[in-house]
Amino acid sequence: MRGILRVAYKLLVNDRAKFAALLVGITFAVFLMVQMTSLFAGILNRASATVINVGARMWVMDPAVQTVANSIPMPDYVLDAVRSVEGVNYAVPLYTGGALVRLADGAYQAVNVVGLDDSTLFGRPQLLEGNISDIFAENGFFVIKDSEFSKLENPKLGTVFELNDNRAVIVGIAQVASSGLFGVPTLYTTFYRALQYIPTTRYTVSYILVQPKSEADIPGIKKRVAALGYLALTDDEFMGQISGFYMFQTGLGVNLLLMTVMSFVVGLSISGQTFYTFVLENLEKFGALKAIGAKSHELIYMILFQAAFTALTGYGLGVGLCSLLLAVAKMRLPDYAAIITFPNLGMAFFMVLVIAGISSYVGVRKVLRIEPFDIFRG
Amino acid sequence: MANVAIKASGLSKWFGEGEARTVAVKDVAFEAYFGEILYIVGPSGSGKTTLLSLISGILRPNQGHVEIDGTDIWGLPNDALATFRLNRIGFVFQDYHLFPRLTTAENVAIPLILKRRNWDESVAEALKYLEIVGLKDRANLPPVKLSGGEQQRVAIARAICSGPEILIMDEPTASLDGDTGRNIVSFVQKNVLNDKCCIVIVTHDDRISEFANRIMKMEDGVLKSIDNGGPHEE
Repeated sequence: MRGILRVAYKLLVNDRAKFAALLVGITFAVFLMVQMTSLFAGILNRASATVINVGARMWVMDPAVQTVANSIPMPDYVLDAVRSVEGVNYAVPLYTGGALVRLADGAYQAVNVVGLDDSTLFGRPQLLEGNISDIFAENGFFVIKDSEFSKLENPKLGTVFELNDNRAVIVGIAQVASSGLFGVPTLYTTFYRALQYIPTTRYTVSYILVQPKSEADIPGIKKRVAALGYLALTDDEFMGQISGFYMFQTGLGVNLLLMTVMSFVVGLSISGQTFYTFVLENLEKFGALKAIGAKSHELIYMILFQAAFTALTGYGLGVGLCSLLLAVAKMRLPDYAAIITFPNLGMAFFMVLVIAGISSYVGVRKVLRIEPFDIFRG
Repeated sequence: MANVAIKASGLSKWFGEGEARTVAVKDVAFEAYFGEILYIVGPSGSGKTTLLSLISGILRPNQGHVEIDGTDIWGLPNDALATFRLNRIGFVFQDYHLFPRLTTAENVAIPLILKRRNWDESVAEALKYLEIVGLKDRANLPPVKLSGGEQQRVAIARAICSGPEILIMDEPTASLDGDTGRNIVSFVQKNVLNDKCCIVIVTHDDRISEFANRIMKMEDGVLKSIDNGGPHEE
């Protein structure tokens, strides 16, 4: 069988023009599909940045919350109620909100402020410069050194600026796993300082972060929190909810899905048509092989091998090209939100297999229908 | 009498049904023997190519039987018939049907590769047959770089490299000039024909009739006559 496949390989790659056209089609399709889905994955990842960075196992929120950026404040007593729920190891409040920073040149810059529980600092970022206890110092804030850092004019330890007309001092420079979606710098401070600096509604707790005693306690906690009229989600569920919001309740998901489908169609069109032409041009040769004594299943293996080889090579090239482009883009554009994930790669691989399958199906039908008698008739 | 290589009896083949039915071959019976070159001649549309396909296991007859060396080939399942063709019948097509993307040697090795022989061994074996047809020095060229006569010889090398008992040649001289055509058939007679091989040639080229042991004349799908061919050595 290896000999037959080697014949198929030589027929394919020695027809350089067609092979190149096939590879271009598949590579282009894979590139677009991976790029589109990576962009979407990057956006979803950034939309869940706070959830990822804080790292709590469970989040308690108002049931109407759809994304982490749009919290609906809860009354303080909910925190006490949650702390008393069976199975809760500990529960702390979290504040998230927006504020305006006045820079040295007088310009205003929007920032995202995260207020951590004063007693535990649960969810604190990893400090690069400064001391963690300095967050309790007067007017102390940590600034996150990410792609938005420069929008605050690259502050240093001791930099002073106005935040909602209050004096604020940078006492630490920190890093987090994921940057936010909306392109604004992030400051961390204590929960109560955040409430002092930022005008709030009557209720002040954006989220309650819960650490269950064990994973087995999670369903019970959810049930009891629901009885209080609130919603408790694990971090994965919360990120899933955020992803669902962007996918199904904004135009973003549908548009990217359409682009991905179009990439698939373009790839299928180019590759399918080229492969069909390739098979047609070699049809008489396949007929001759059939006359000489090749069995139908051997011819099918040849076609499938050619389609699979082209698809896998194109897939590798497409993924490589996309990775290269994303790496270059991230070097030049720090804000570029795109990450290649295994599900993305798996989906593109599946799509490529579909392209190869459809292309080879048409070829196989043609080859099976060719009668060796037609070869004699010329 | 020599052993019977091909025995056809009551062979009929028609295409279409009802009023559209066209009879291509009608009730043909004949025997071909090992050690002979049998020509099938006739005007265009006389059914000679159809007959060739029927006796070589390529086109299933509507009626009749074909035995090759005692085996009823149309009683074989499809895969077994393909294997039978691979092992016992060699084909030289009118248009050669060589693979332009393979080298000449690889083209010749195709039947051996289909027999699941090792690639390198098959190509090495193919070189021996290219030597027989005088084209060993062209082994690494693609067939498109060869002349028509050379391509025909490559096709012959491909057909004989698996040691077939029946060699089927369809219009082997149609694309060749007179001298080249004669040389090709003369070559086959001298180098391929033996008492364990039967060669069936479809042609309407009178210039090569001298190489035939017997000549079957077809007309309107009917076998009209079987005559002795031109001068040949016994």
